[in-house]
Parts: sequence; C-alpha cells; structure tokens
Amino acid sequence: MPELTFREALRMSLREELLANERVFLMGEDIGAYGGSYAVTKGFQKEFGPERVIDTPISESVIVGCGIGAAMGGLRPMVELMTINFSLLAFDQIVNNASKLCYMSGGQIHVPMVIRMASGAGSQLSSQHSHSLEGWYAHIPGIKVAVPYTPYDARGLLKTAFRDDNPVIFIEHTALYARKGEVPDEAFDLPFGQAEVHRKGKDVTLIGYSGSVYQCVLAAEQLAQDGIEAEVLNLRTLRPLDIDTIVASVRKTHRAVVVEDDWRFGGFAGEIATLIMEQAFDELDAPVARVCGADVPMPYAKQLEQAALPQPSDIVAVVRGLI
Amino acid sequence: MTQIADKPKVEELSKEQRIELLRQMLLIRRFEEKAAEMYAKRKIAGFLHLYTGEEAVGVGAIAALNDDDHILTHYRDHGHALARGVEPGRIMAELFGKATGVSLGRGGSMHLFDTSRSFMGGYAIVAGHLPLACGLALANMRLRNGRIVLCVFGDGAVNEGEFHEALNLASVWKLPIIFLCENNFFGMGTDIRYVSAVIEVYKRAQAYAIPAEQIDGMNVLEMYDATQRAADHLRAGYGPYFLEAITYRFRGHSMADPELYRDKGELEEWRRLDPITQFRSQLETQGVIDEPAVAQLQSEIEDVVNEAVRFAEESPDPQVESLYDHVYWQGDSHDA
Repeated sequence: MPELTFREALRMSLREELLANERVFLMGEDIGAYGGSYAVTKGFQKEFGPERVIDTPISESVIVGCGIGAAMGGLRPMVELMTINFSLLAFDQIVNNASKLCYMSGGQIHVPMVIRMASGAGSQLSSQHSHSLEGWYAHIPGIKVAVPYTPYDARGLLKTAFRDDNPVIFIEHTALYARKGEVPDEAFDLPFGQAEVHRKGKDVTLIGYSGSVYQCVLAAEQLAQDGIEAEVLNLRTLRPLDIDTIVASVRKTHRAVVVEDDWRFGGFAGEIATLIMEQAFDELDAPVARVCGADVPMPYAKQLEQAALPQPSDIVAVVRGLI
Repeated sequence: MTQIADKPKVEELSKEQRIELLRQMLLIRRFEEKAAEMYAKRKIAGFLHLYTGEEAVGVGAIAALNDDDHILTHYRDHGHALARGVEPGRIMAELFGKATGVSLGRGGSMHLFDTSRSFMGGYAIVAGHLPLACGLALANMRLRNGRIVLCVFGDGAVNEGEFHEALNLASVWKLPIIFLCENNFFGMGTDIRYVSAVIEVYKRAQAYAIPAEQIDGMNVLEMYDATQRAADHLRAGYGPYFLEAITYRFRGHSMADPELYRDKGELEEWRRLDPITQFRSQLETQGVIDEPAVAQLQSEIEDVVNEAVRFAEESPDPQVESLYDHVYWQGDSHDA
C-alpha cells in the first residue's frame, strides 16, 4: 500500500467526492485562494472553480448555518471551520439547528453535511487556539463525531461522512496532518461506530482517539520494555461510540486507562469510564483511570503547555499504579 | 385551502383574490383566539406566541410568492403556516402535542414544519434561522430551480450577530432572499428605542448595500405589493431585498406576558389600525363584499377552526416508544 500523509489522505477523499457528486461543494475561511490553513484544500479552487470551493467571510455562524440551509435545499456541503476554537462562534447553529432539525420537524428535514475542523494543542498557540472539544460535540444527539487518528482513518472516515445523511463533525488533530501511514488508492468507507484495536495487548487497555492515540502508542512501547503488554484502542468515532470493542478489550485485560487532551473535569473520558463501569464492572481488577489535559486554560510557554497535556510518561505511571 | 393561483399586480387582484386575503387574515385571527382558549384550558402547553394584529404582514407577503418558494420564520409562526396553506388541524394538533401534528408532536407551537408546502419551519433562537435562509437560497441558485426564500424575523433579531453575518453574506453572494422584518417595536418586553442605536430597521440593510424599504404592515395590499416588488428584484438576479413591516401585536409576547412594559393607550391606538377591520371596510366600500358575505366567511372559518380543535382533541398522543425516532434521518438520500 502506498504511504500518504494524513493531509494527503483527506485531500484524496475530498477530491473524489467533488468529482463524483455535483451537489458536493466546499465552503470555509481561506479554503480557496489561500488553499486552506492546513493546506488540505490547496489547489481545489483552481481545479473545481469558485462555485464549488467557496471562500467565505470570517463569519462562523453564517458559514455553518448556510451549510445547513444548503443541505436542507438539496446540496451536500462540506464546511471547513479552520479550527475547533472558532467553531464556538457557530455552536448555536450546530447545537440548535444542525443537530435538531430532523427531530423537531418530525423527520421532514435532514441535514447531510460535513463540518471539518482542526483541533488540539502542542504548538504553543496559547489559550484561545488550543482547544480539544471533541467531547462537547459528542455530547449532542443528532450529530455524529469522527476523530481519525491514522491517514487510513482520515481517508475512510471522510468517505463515510459524505455517505451519511446527518451532520458529521469531522475533527482533525493538527499534529497529525504531516504524519504518514499506509492508505489504499482505491476508495473505501470506514464504518462509523467501529473502533480499531491499534495494538494488541493483554495487561491493560489504553483508550484514545485522534491525537491521544499517539500518546497511548508511545506509552505502550515504553511499557513493553518492562514486559507489560498494553492494548491500544483507536476509537475513530465518538458518536456513535463503539462500546462493544472497549468492553471486549477490558474483558481481556481487566484494566483500562482513558487518554484525552481535553480537560479532565466533565470530559468525555469520564463518559467512557462510566460506560465501562456499567457494562463491565465485574471484569475490572482496578478502577478505570483517566489521563487528561490539566484543568487550566492552555498556557503559552513550552514547559507549561507540555505539563498541561497528557504525556506518555503520565500514562506509564498510571498503568504501573493499576498493575 | 385555496391558494391565489397566479400573482397579478396588486391593482389587478380579482374580487375573489382580495376576499381570499381577508379570509386568510380572519382565519388566523380566529385560530389564534381559539389557541389562547385552548391554552387557558391547558390543552396547549409550553410557550404560545400569538400573531394577532400582525396578520396583514404574513398574509400579504406570502400571497405574493409562488407556492414553492421557501419560507423560514420565527417562533410566532402559526400565521405564516396558515397563510402558506398548512392544514389548520395539523397545526392545532401540533400545539396539542399530538402524533398527527405537522412536526409529529416534536416541535410544538414554535417549530411548525411542512416541507410539502416549502414551509421550512419556525425557529426559536432569535436570528438563528437567518443563516439557514442563506443556505437555502444558495441551493436554489445552484440548482437553478427559480425558487426564492422569504425569511421572516422580528425587530429583536436585528441586534444579533447572525443578522449582520447573514445580510452581509446574502449581499456579497447576491442570494435570492427577501428579508422581512416584522417590526412590532418590542423585543419580547423591551422597547426597541431603548436597545437599538438605529430604530429604522431598514436602514441597517442599506449598510449592506441591500435595497430596503419600510412599509405599512397593517395594510395587506401594501404588503402584497412590496413583497412582489422584492420578489421581482430577486428573480431578476439582483440579490436580496429587505422589507421592514411596521406592525403591532395586539396580545402579549406570549401567554405568560402580563404586559407591564407598554401603555394600554398605545395598544388602543394600534387597534384602531386593525389590519382586518381596515381591509374589510375597504372591500365593503368598494362593493367587493357586504356584511352577510363577511358573516358567511366568518361562519365557514368558525367551522374550520372548530374542526381543527376536534381533530387535535381526537388525535392520538405520540407513542412513547417513538421517543428516539427521527433523531437521525431515516429516509432516502437526496443525492442518491
């Protein structure tokens, strides 16, 4: 299989969708002439024209609302919000319109749209540009949330997002764009709600999504040196969530650690821990542990930022405490 | 419900068409009275915002549109739904929270939807539906289907960011949207003069290079005429148009409103401009309709509204087992 970066994998899927379906169009801040903040749509406006790849004003709320309306009107929009930080300005549109229209209208309206956004910290961008709010979106019924980790995930999950007739929030960790992985040339859909056992193990289950899977992988490598075999799960989507794969792994390992960049208090890791408790309490040899971001606004200074983010060494320390 | 089939100029409206406008306003007036009665009897719960006093705005505007033009409106939406021909019984059933309601009992008063009539919903976050109008208009433009969008909102919406974002986008992309502001001078219970730097709302649209005018929202024919002018502008490809309809609601913001913020004398002044009384006397003076004919109309409307209540009362409650239905789309893909 050829190796592609996460970014190239996204580009490949987006381009295929634009070619395959006249009703697909892309819309967002700086996605056209500029080529996208993270260069995902570079060159697309030249190839597909300004009617299919549309530069918008910096007006997040109307960008998302316009996407919703276009979907109601028979198109299939892909809206890019540059980053999850700016998505907060469109939060009302996502929460009150995109996610609820099908239900509120008694099933008359549907909103087939993909909302892409970059997420995550680690580049010293300080408090307002470093959010990991995947869990906030996963909280909302009526939408789906995809959180790819590998380039393979990025390619396959994005294809599935375009097949789905509901709003899909597609979140890309900025640290992943340049990472490489094997991706088949031919198109494939990666089903939502199916986690990947990214690394097999028998002693502890490390559960991550998006960028935090990488921290789990590094931790698992360190643990392996001490003879501890960690199983690493890559969730791929948070809603729907593949709780079955999580429970199956816990049945084998009897210990679980949930890892996420987001703030610990009230976060999605707590939801996973609760589900494990509800569905596999008797399988547990230790309480489910969490390794999360610190409950602080993200600081700028490198040492402080790193201290606020889950590190492989934190995961290793927590695992040792469980075994 | 009979729809005005073709869209003649206002001065060329036939007798029947003018009577139809009166009939629609009378229907809305009576429907709202009945809804208030049913609310008092606790048949209707939640918020109930009545359109009483503002009938000419919705009736005049919607009559000037084609039947497949999209309508998006705010939470005071019964009048617009009725004017678009949504079945009164299914609206009442929605207010009653019944399984036969237009939104299957999931929306209630503030969220009436009937996509079969291109009635794309009532929305209850102030100004939150203006961005959707941009998208619907963009889709119509792209699909070259000739449809335009009527987006109705109140004066309370004009201080929301989404109002400005939507007007800017609509103007810069030349989206075929009629922005119709129903200016009744109060954002819930706050006088527009205390919270708006520019109280002549249409001037705000001019800041976005959108042609805009202020019209008498108590005059159904003026509403018809202005909306037709706006629609012609859109259909010629010139982009959006903005109408500010000056109107007044004769009842509280919602049924929960004790109306401490406004002067009873002011209300009486406006009642003298009652859009129905005005139009009715105009038609009587012109010999289009006489007293017995109006009585006949009212009696027919009484039957329609009573039938709507009967339908709502006798309709089944939603099955609790259906709670999770329609959280996600269950139908066909529209781009399959």
